Amino acid sequence: MSRPTARIAARFAALAAEGRAGLVTYVMAGDPDAARAQAILDGLPAAGADIIELGLPFSDPMADGPAVQAAALRSLKAGGSTRKALAQLAAFRKTDQTTPVVLMGYFNPIYIYGPERFCRDAAAAGADGLIVVDLPPEEDAELRPFAQAAGLDLVRLATPTTDDKRLPTVLSGASGFLYYVAVLGVTGTRSAAADQVATAVARIRRSTTLPIAVGFGIKDAPGAAAIARHADACVVGSALVALSDKPTSLHGLVRDLAAAVRGARTKQIA
Amino acid sequence: MNQINSFRAGPDESGHFGLFGGRYVSETLMPLILEVERAYMAARKDPAFQKELDYYLAHYVGRPSPLWFAERLTKILGGAKIYLKRDELNHTGAHKINSCMGQILLAQRMGKRRIIAETGAGQHGVATATVCALFGLPCTVYMGATDIARQAPNVFRMKLLGAEVKPVTSGTATLKDAMNEALRDWVANVEDTYYIIGTVAGPHPYPMMVRDFQSVIGKEAREQFLAAEGKLPDKLVACIGGGSNAMGLFHPFLDDRDVSMDAVEAAGLGLESGKHAASLQGGRPGVLHGNRTFLLMDEDGQIDEAHSISAGLDYPGIGPEHSWLHDIKRVKYVAATDDEAIEGFKLLSRTEGILPALEPAHAVAHVARIAPALPKDYTIVMNLCGRGDKDIFTIGERLGVKL
Repeated sequence: MSRPTARIAARFAALAAEGRAGLVTYVMAGDPDAARAQAILDGLPAAGADIIELGLPFSDPMADGPAVQAAALRSLKAGGSTRKALAQLAAFRKTDQTTPVVLMGYFNPIYIYGPERFCRDAAAAGADGLIVVDLPPEEDAELRPFAQAAGLDLVRLATPTTDDKRLPTVLSGASGFLYYVAVLGVTGTRSAAADQVATAVARIRRSTTLPIAVGFGIKDAPGAAAIARHADACVVGSALVALSDKPTSLHGLVRDLAAAVRGARTKQIA
Repeated sequence: MNQINSFRAGPDESGHFGLFGGRYVSETLMPLILEVERAYMAARKDPAFQKELDYYLAHYVGRPSPLWFAERLTKILGGAKIYLKRDELNHTGAHKINSCMGQILLAQRMGKRRIIAETGAGQHGVATATVCALFGLPCTVYMGATDIARQAPNVFRMKLLGAEVKPVTSGTATLKDAMNEALRDWVANVEDTYYIIGTVAGPHPYPMMVRDFQSVIGKEAREQFLAAEGKLPDKLVACIGGGSNAMGLFHPFLDDRDVSMDAVEAAGLGLESGKHAASLQGGRPGVLHGNRTFLLMDEDGQIDEAHSISAGLDYPGIGPEHSWLHDIKRVKYVAATDDEAIEGFKLLSRTEGILPALEPAHAVAHVARIAPALPKDYTIVMNLCGRGDKDIFTIGERLGVKL
């Protein structure tokens, strides 16, 4: 089996070769219950997800809007936990060895799990990277070495408030891809403006060769297509988790999004 | 710590008190947090800023607050000599306004035009709404729906002062959820908004900044006590939720090794019941709301619901500097239950003619527990950080008082 980080790099290389942006789908582990969460996760690649973000449930998700908050609470209520999220990922890896999976969550459950043990177990379960929303570069020294040792990319976030002065701090030690937060605000509330995203992505590209995924505020196929013209990947989360009680509807939306993302650049040329 | 022999040198440059503190916030907030830090460090060194703050504290807040020798309470308990630092006499009825005044002056310096805050008991919300009315700034206060129900008088006060009170129904609908919601608002409105945090928690520089503004309590108490007794007190006592009133009283005394300090956490229905808000005695280190500190949580790191009859202490965390002081054992952390707080409330009301808020009623309960066995020349200063008017309905109901 290839080293975990290879999956993210390989996927972005393949997307570049195809000349299109990727679709990153965010779903919450254990939401709305273990069985349906597994069905949702297992069906994402066939529905058109290029990369998967698997949310780790947390009781106090400060950076998330109502949809993801509700998803986290549903997961916890149904018995979800960090350990079970890793088990869900390990089960997924029995059916899929190529789709990159990035675990996304908050630091406290990882800190309590033990950063070193968490990185080891996450890599063993088949994770390729980590996004820890409330762990800025200034604080991530207690996770980064363990992530690197386990072969996990620690994906950094840049936002509209990350100016040129701060960008080098964010990029230093970043790996896998850069996650650009398109809006000021929490997940699933405001809509991302494609022209502003285009400017921001162009600005960031001058400082890094990492692929840039754009998320927060992409709700539907037209929105995804607009972002896919500029970014290397676009992330959809809140709109998906809102459908977690109906896995087939969720996969249906992923198919629509995938079609929009795949057609985005050809349409622009035409 | 750069001064090895001082307990007052923290935090370090990255905002840590030993293992605790720090800046655990999303990237959107990071530049703003750094900007608040720069602005505060500049203001802290600016004599004009301190002069302006002193003016408002003296002429608007009503400082210095008296240090009252509680003679009848002392006699009835029959042991140690008890003084009360009367911060409940401040405008708005609690210590919270000390920090709100400092922070709104800072917000003005930073050119921020909109203020947000979280509140538990509503005292911080009222103090924030008050300074916003005074300076003509729009104010939004996030308050848990559970707390809105049990602290109705303060909700009315905030609304009458022109603040928008936004009920928070997510999570447990109490103080921690109000703080989550305020942080979400801030992320969405970073450009024009300043977040007035009510306690010595949150990301650096808040724990340091709120402590500095609240330290006026301890500085005054030190001078007043020296004038009254010609020595320093033997012990300081304060209640603790997030810990701002305790930090404010304790900090100026931290290097006076002979002054012992007891901080009283809310034991709710009892520490062994699991239904309490005693983060230091029932929790362990974790990361929430921008800092590492002792938290109540389950084995997966999910934050637990706190429990206390007092909305102001009903928080599953505690300021990071307290976690550090606990670790190095400079301050002793004890607890009082809901029932003991009610007894403390009754005791102070009937011996001194002062209705304490339910929060400092926990401190009264601890004083009542330890004073009788102490010698008569042993002196205690207790921070009476808020008045009980807001709690009369809760207490009346609990005691079955008929009107």
